[in-house]
Amino acid sequence: MDSIDASIVNRLQEGLPVCPRPFDDVAVRLGLSVNELLSRVQRLLDDKVLTRFGPMFNAENMGGALSLCAMQVPANRYEQVTAKVNAFPEVAHNYERDHLLNMWFVIATEHPEQAGAVIRQIEQTTGCQVYDMPKQEEFYIGLKLAV
Amino acid sequence: MVLNEQDRELIAAIQGGLPLVAKPYAAIAAQLGLTEDEVLARLETLQTAGLIKRMGVVVKHRALGYRANAMVVWDIPADEVERIGALLAGEACVTLCYQRPRRLPAWGYNLFCMIHGRERDSVLRRLEQIVAYHGLERIQHTVLFSGRSFKQRGAHYVETDNLQRRLRRSHG
Repeated sequence: MDSIDASIVNRLQEGLPVCPRPFDDVAVRLGLSVNELLSRVQRLLDDKVLTRFGPMFNAENMGGALSLCAMQVPANRYEQVTAKVNAFPEVAHNYERDHLLNMWFVIATEHPEQAGAVIRQIEQTTGCQVYDMPKQEEFYIGLKLAV
Repeated sequence: MVLNEQDRELIAAIQGGLPLVAKPYAAIAAQLGLTEDEVLARLETLQTAGLIKRMGVVVKHRALGYRANAMVVWDIPADEVERIGALLAGEACVTLCYQRPRRLPAWGYNLFCMIHGRERDSVLRRLEQIVAYHGLERIQHTVLFSGRSFKQRGAHYVETDNLQRRLRRSHG
């Protein structure tokens, strides 16, 4: 990743306009042709530096629900429980963390009432209690991860 | 706002990502049998209504060398959450800051913030500075670093249906 890639990453995080040719303006600012810009973005996606280019949804405004959930998983069953949890399409990401509650994952559902059913299914299939901690308030931070 | 069937088809078509071409909305329009103007107008409406925050990319912190991903959690009295949440959110290294319910007795923290750094030591030093600068010594907090990351993808909001499978196939 060179300095041009870093500029691309920083610029794209701010978002692109919804217009017929959304990459043109960014390309001009970075001194690249649109094709050069697109091939660099494709490489950053292939290298998994970036996730997909696309819409960032606001889950609540979409009518859906997002919740952070935690479980206490016995060490000798960690991999097995991970596989079971990740098999749910509603589980968006899943991290191991160093705490008694050692598995942390996010559940995203299209409708809020579905979250409870998913949580109950996860508890049944894993035998672990799920602590569900939906967001009550988000404090605005803006975008500031400088590369 | 209520999503109509066309909105749902549009969201299903773009939630996995837009094609990386000079005219991505024209490409989506062609898949859906709409005009480019129709797609742009509907996306503008979805943005104005706050359903879509922006069109952009998500950076994978780990791939950029931000390997220390700390969830810092705080036990803050109800009447101070607003003030301290806003203070923490304003710190440059804090990338997310949420109030969440406690789950006693297993979990007694009600404010969650994420701090990304290149290594654990620098994250912990930065946290010490934040605590001292804002006078948060009396607020109990703890740091949960992440170990393995098992799944990381954007959330999908429209259930995968035949349409999306069809679109995937058409992408080869």
